[in-house]
Amino acid sequence: MSKKKTRRDFIVIASYSMGAVGAGAAIWPIINQMNPAADTLAMASTEVNIGALEIGQALTVKWRGKPVFIRRRTVDEITETRNVAIDSLRDPQSDQDRVQKDEWLIVMGVCTHLGCVPLGQKIGDGKGEYGGWFCPCHGSHYDASGRIRKGPAPQNLEIPPYSFISDSVLKIG
Amino acid sequence: MKSSIPKSQFKNPVINWIDTRLPIFTAANEAVGTEHPTPKNLNYWWNFGSLAGVTLVIMIITGIALAMNYTAHVDHAFDSVERIMRDVNGGWLIRYIHMNGASFFFIVVYIHMARSLYYGSYKAPRELLWILGVVIYLLMMATAFLGYTLPWGQMSFWGATVITNFFSVIPFVGEPIVNWLLGGYTVDNPTLNRFYALHYLLPFVIAGVILLHIVALHRFGSNNPLGIDINNDKDMIPFHPYYTIKDFFGLAVFLAVFCIFVFFLPNFLGHPDNYVPADSMSTPAHIVPEWYLSPFYAILRAVPDKLLGVLAMFGAIGILFILPWLDRSPVRSAHFRPLYKIFYIIFIINMLGLGYLGVQNPEGIYIILGRVCTAWYFIHFLIVMPLLNIIETPMALPKSLSDPIFSSGSSGMAPAASRSKK
Repeated sequence: MSKKKTRRDFIVIASYSMGAVGAGAAIWPIINQMNPAADTLAMASTEVNIGALEIGQALTVKWRGKPVFIRRRTVDEITETRNVAIDSLRDPQSDQDRVQKDEWLIVMGVCTHLGCVPLGQKIGDGKGEYGGWFCPCHGSHYDASGRIRKGPAPQNLEIPPYSFISDSVLKIG
Repeated sequence: MKSSIPKSQFKNPVINWIDTRLPIFTAANEAVGTEHPTPKNLNYWWNFGSLAGVTLVIMIITGIALAMNYTAHVDHAFDSVERIMRDVNGGWLIRYIHMNGASFFFIVVYIHMARSLYYGSYKAPRELLWILGVVIYLLMMATAFLGYTLPWGQMSFWGATVITNFFSVIPFVGEPIVNWLLGGYTVDNPTLNRFYALHYLLPFVIAGVILLHIVALHRFGSNNPLGIDINNDKDMIPFHPYYTIKDFFGLAVFLAVFCIFVFFLPNFLGHPDNYVPADSMSTPAHIVPEWYLSPFYAILRAVPDKLLGVLAMFGAIGILFILPWLDRSPVRSAHFRPLYKIFYIIFIINMLGLGYLGVQNPEGIYIILGRVCTAWYFIHFLIVMPLLNIIETPMALPKSLSDPIFSSGSSGMAPAASRSKK
């Protein structure tokens, strides 16, 4: 009963395989056209004048279509974020690792839960229980270092690539 | 040889000529005509399948009309919808029908599903019929979500952001998948364009699955309020005229209620924030889904962990696929299941509770209630349903639809357990 492998079997398998490869090759462009296009990928950088920002003030700028939060933090905020036991954090990271200059916190204004923009930039906004930001969608609280402290978000607010061109000009991207 | 070709039975010569070559009239007659035998005791809960079909037709017709006036571009979408409302002839009416039609489609389908749950219509041999129904329900939710994005209001934008971000929980490839779905790093023009294309496509996919749903239905015919198998012709009546007339009456009542909403309460079921143009820099303070997705939103929020929350939400829908195997009781209708009847009512109340909680702020007591209701949703399906068959003693089932159900003696009755063994 054992069927002998014949050359015909090889031809059949080879034909099906080529057919599958061909079908995949034909489908791929249809799938790939949905990926970000070249103009979307062209990652523009944004230069921001931050010279006018006083201590305790915040500024929101747009980069890659998303808001970036810039906050010039008070001394209290900085000491408070640095006194937190890092092990107790959900996404353990020290404040020093999240800033280039102590005063300036630059984070993406996009909640790491499901992408809402947290509140806390404007005067009068609730800043959540940890003095940073509060996401109204599903109740995530971030501290003044942009670290997740309470709520469903899994990670700290993302830090975009940035550099200080001068004391008053910040380049994001 | 020519004599062996089966001739159509229709008397009208034109219909006969066509039907002999393309038996569409025979097919229609067997689907909703005199040749489709139907249990004689179907109540008004059995109206909602055909109502759902009619609603889909209304949605497709008004949707095509809207598409003729809509512009799928982030700079023009919101304005083109406002133009439909203000300038296009009868545009306000067409849009309000389409907008409220979505809600009413879900109302009808939820009642249709609740009917199936109560009378055990999902049980053998109708498991695939039920599963196809769940597929239709999933496609409906996808279509409704895509359509809600098109007016490009604040709720459109942020709803699209939140829902596409569900996929970011997938390990390693989550972020690339989200970017692939969006066509960029945020919800933007490429997103709007593809959502529009898919929103136009999916209703026709739904129509295709409905065809399969109907084919599966006609394999064993409709279930009935007593949930028993029918073995004699006396219990059957032809679909036409008995149920066509009943469906038409139900349709008239449905359309009357529908018109009250379209003409007098057109925005009652919507959210005012969606009349604010989309702003990618600010999320509305109270972001809520449309009411028909609210129970699942409540489940998502009840779990304080991103991955588990999304899994619970998809699991809540996925669990419906295996329902025919979770419920082990051989008795279909809750009519004869005293305990299931109680748990069914609790389940419906719990579901309404989840719907209510999904539109509340995630604070204080609402978080706790959300967790209790979410837990109960899964307990109902995973623990109550399988256990009921063990602890519940069903009432005696009648042998046929003609048997008196509450007779003084037990003549003509057979214990449920012995029936199930056949």
